[in-house]
Amino acid sequence: MTDWRDDIFAVLQDHDIKQVYHVPDAGHSRLIEACQKSNSIRTLALTTEEEGLGLAAGAWLGGQRSVLLMQSSGVGNTINLMGLTKTLRFPFLTLITMRGDYGEFNSWQYPMGQGTPKVLEAMGVLLYSVDTASEVKATVDAAARTAFNGGQAVAVLLRQKLIGIKTFGKK
Amino acid sequence: MSKATIQRRPLVKKLLGGADDNLLVIAGLGSSNWDITNAGDRPLNMPLWGAMGATVSMGLGLALAQPAKRVLVITGDGDMLMGMGSLATVAAQQPENLAIVVLDNGKFGETGNQATHTSPRNNGPTDSGAGTDLALIAKGCGIADSAIVRSDSEIAQLVKDARSKPGPVFRVVKVMVEKLEFVMPPQDGAHLKDRFRQALLGHS
Repeated sequence: MTDWRDDIFAVLQDHDIKQVYHVPDAGHSRLIEACQKSNSIRTLALTTEEEGLGLAAGAWLGGQRSVLLMQSSGVGNTINLMGLTKTLRFPFLTLITMRGDYGEFNSWQYPMGQGTPKVLEAMGVLLYSVDTASEVKATVDAAARTAFNGGQAVAVLLRQKLIGIKTFGKK
Repeated sequence: MSKATIQRRPLVKKLLGGADDNLLVIAGLGSSNWDITNAGDRPLNMPLWGAMGATVSMGLGLALAQPAKRVLVITGDGDMLMGMGSLATVAAQQPENLAIVVLDNGKFGETGNQATHTSPRNNGPTDSGAGTDLALIAKGCGIADSAIVRSDSEIAQLVKDARSKPGPVFRVVKVMVEKLEFVMPPQDGAHLKDRFRQALLGHS
């Protein structure tokens, strides 16, 4: 079986994603590096996740598909601009690595981690959730179809059970 | 600092003069939206009614998707202050086809002309800002071609730079505080997006 992060990269290529936005993130790091090395994808580092909504809208105006990679802690930064997906009615896909979700060591991650599904739902974003590696590929593929064929705003929550618990050396 | 003398509406008319299918325009919410619409509503204008702070990001996403077209972002100081980080993101990408023109009157015009951070310091109890220099910020972010325009005699060059100089180009134009008529484009965002894509791509 291939690594689930490589599975995501393959799905992004299958769906002709041309722009990938990210704030550096340990959970997404392998995927981000694959995108940076790709000749067909433009990879942009952001100063804050909310830039990803403006960029995604602009890319779509120009005829290109994009994806925003972020951590649950970044979701809160995007909420007002998440409304753009409704006012402009454009396809939007985001892949979210969860923190403060399952065995998290850092208490500062819990408020936004636990709030993430609720605030996304409140903004009308469809949620897909994955906690086993074998389901990643099919789920991200379905999310991309829902976004780009169905014209929806979709978030895939990559649960902490899937990503692994960050310990900072503590047991 | 002497008072601004440039009027925004005639300036924006010049910025958009003779606009053809090669010019894609995104305008920030509020006054900049009314300004580009006053110059003549067109499908390849994307006038924003909200999304404050996202105007430059939207221009960047569009510029990267359409490298053969010129993308012109016209926005105000309030919107630019809210999205300053996006200038660093522009600098990281160095899009040659992107120009950003900030119409800086030092005021939040839509909410009653409260001072923004670009207003001078020590300007009285209700009108003081920080003297923030957005051109210096853009330069510090890595957009080397950043400058302030203050006089009418510089406008012809500004228009040339905004329309055709290899970018990224960043200009702050110090404009007067004026009370102007609202000139509104369609409000429906999906309609604005669809007509833009139809004109650009031939399908919505």
